[in-house]
Amino acid sequence: MTAPGTALRSPALRARLRGYALFAAVALLLLVVAPLALPAFRLDELAKYLCFAIAALGIGLAWGQGGMLTLGQGVFFGLGGYAMAMYFKLHDADGDLPDFMVWSGVEKLPALWKPFESPVVAIAAVVAVPVAVAAVLGALVFRQRVRGAYFAILTQALAAAFVILLVGRQGLTGGTNGLTNFYDVFGRDPEAESTQRTMYFVTAAVLGVLYLAARQLVKSRFGRLLVAVRDGEDRVRFLGYNPATVKTVTFAISAGMAGLAGALFVPVVGIISPSLLGVVPSLELVVAVAVGGRYALAGAVLGAVVMNYAKTEFSEQWAGGWLYLQGALFILVMTLAPKGAVGLYEQVKDAVARRRTPERPVPAQSVQGEAA
Amino acid sequence: MDSLLNQVPIGLSIGAVLLLVALGLTFTFGQMGVVNMAHGEFIMAGGYTAYMLQDWAGSQAVLAALPVAFAVAGALGWVLERLAIRHFYGRPLDTLLLTWGVSLVLQQAARDLFGAPNVQVVAPGWLTGRIEVLGGALPYARLFIMALAVACVAGIWLYLSRSRPGRRMRAVMQNRQLAEVSGVATARVDQLTFFIGSGLAGVAGVALTLIGPVGPSIGTYYIVDAFLVVVAGGLGQLRGAVIAAVALGMLNSYAEFWTDASLAKVIVFAVVIGFLQVRPQGMFVLRSRALT
Repeated sequence: MTAPGTALRSPALRARLRGYALFAAVALLLLVVAPLALPAFRLDELAKYLCFAIAALGIGLAWGQGGMLTLGQGVFFGLGGYAMAMYFKLHDADGDLPDFMVWSGVEKLPALWKPFESPVVAIAAVVAVPVAVAAVLGALVFRQRVRGAYFAILTQALAAAFVILLVGRQGLTGGTNGLTNFYDVFGRDPEAESTQRTMYFVTAAVLGVLYLAARQLVKSRFGRLLVAVRDGEDRVRFLGYNPATVKTVTFAISAGMAGLAGALFVPVVGIISPSLLGVVPSLELVVAVAVGGRYALAGAVLGAVVMNYAKTEFSEQWAGGWLYLQGALFILVMTLAPKGAVGLYEQVKDAVARRRTPERPVPAQSVQGEAA
Repeated sequence: MDSLLNQVPIGLSIGAVLLLVALGLTFTFGQMGVVNMAHGEFIMAGGYTAYMLQDWAGSQAVLAALPVAFAVAGALGWVLERLAIRHFYGRPLDTLLLTWGVSLVLQQAARDLFGAPNVQVVAPGWLTGRIEVLGGALPYARLFIMALAVACVAGIWLYLSRSRPGRRMRAVMQNRQLAEVSGVATARVDQLTFFIGSGLAGVAGVALTLIGPVGPSIGTYYIVDAFLVVVAGGLGQLRGAVIAAVALGMLNSYAEFWTDASLAKVIVFAVVIGFLQVRPQGMFVLRSRALT
């Protein structure tokens, strides 16, 4: 171990320590301050935002780091959510058919539902199904070098088709209403305050762990390769790597995160339905990431929490106003601060630092162009 | 067998709607690399133009609205290009998000101006009725939309291949830098392209009033399918767009016929993904040696 005095002079280490301190501060805020200070229903609301933050983290990874603008994260969120909700439904029904199936005249439990009687299978499916879908789609699309706007449009079409399918298969999916009315979440009453509190802590912990894992991934060799693919896919190919693999793996990871987020969303909010998953909700997640700052994972998380909070607050006051505000905010962010809040903060910090020490060279701008 | 043939006119008419909706996109997306999510709201603007003109033109509003809607939607597009999009060239993904913000604002504006419920445009008398085609009944309105689609494609084709501004447009599409050094004012061509592309959305909006009501969210129903047509047809390719629109229309109608409406969209999506395995850049590709 080196003496702390000398080590602290290294700016890299200082930045790292600052990062840890910030993470610890946010963790303290989420795990200690918020549960003590917030009334139960606000805490439940925050848990919902944290679910979105987990999905946003995946978008930050795929889009911010990998340049893949995925407009279909709602699909993966939904796959995870439905997998979880199917287990709850079957558990509640206790051998009978789930209530909505009876209403839509289904007589026998569909084969698709059979495996979800087991909680282990359901929880595994929460991650495995979205990952598998994303891996297949990613492999097909990226192998053929379909990228950029094409990829964005395809994922959006996937979201549109997914929702239409969910709505159309009433007997299998609960149709427009989705799956709701759960009476038993792993032996607890989902409406009870203690359950909601526990769910909040579970969600916050999952977010924290995934955030650290994602950071580690970004800092790893793979993460550098991912950024390289974003900034110059062909160059990476000429250097002997296969960009398709890098992109597919990342896309699958981000889908897995969205699936996990959806699965946590179900006990937290008590419903999963097509209206939460379509083109617009998927885009709203991307908006949140863009506003927070797409090139930083923390920006994605911050954006998801702040934007969803703003949406709730604003919609309560003036529903139409939220759309104006969201649209206007988005236009402003894209034109004036494409790197979002985190980018803005860094710009201000750089400007201040430069004024303080005029002789210091201007920090090199990192290349953050888009692979068109 | 009869019912199989029945699907042909249905498929063709879906294809005609898709084509009208996607035609403008092939230019704004194809030539300028702008993924204009607000295209759907320009369609909406066209529909509302027809609705507004009803007071003045009565039941002939649809005919009167065609040129007016072209101008209104075109002007909206031109303003959008001038104010925002021109700062975004070369960043297609950012234009997608930017124009989505615009589309949210326009939708809410329509809700505040015209009210949230859908409004109806009365079709002219000579468009009510239907004819028997291949054993199925085809409403005149659908026939009119097909004719309109054909007329728009013919007009665009003539414009691109026979007129000077059209030639400049093709030059910019094929090689922007070379066009610029050859003295083509690319910025002005971009403005015109955006005007025409958006104007076509307005025309599509008028056509849509013939088959259904107009509402603030009408654009969102068509925008995703329209982009799929462009992706399958190839960027900026007129014939690609025509073939892709008809093919997707047919596929839609047959998939719905054999399965149901909810599976049809999934099938269409799967077929497009499968098609991109063979032709990753769509049906027709502008050959270029440029590297991405």
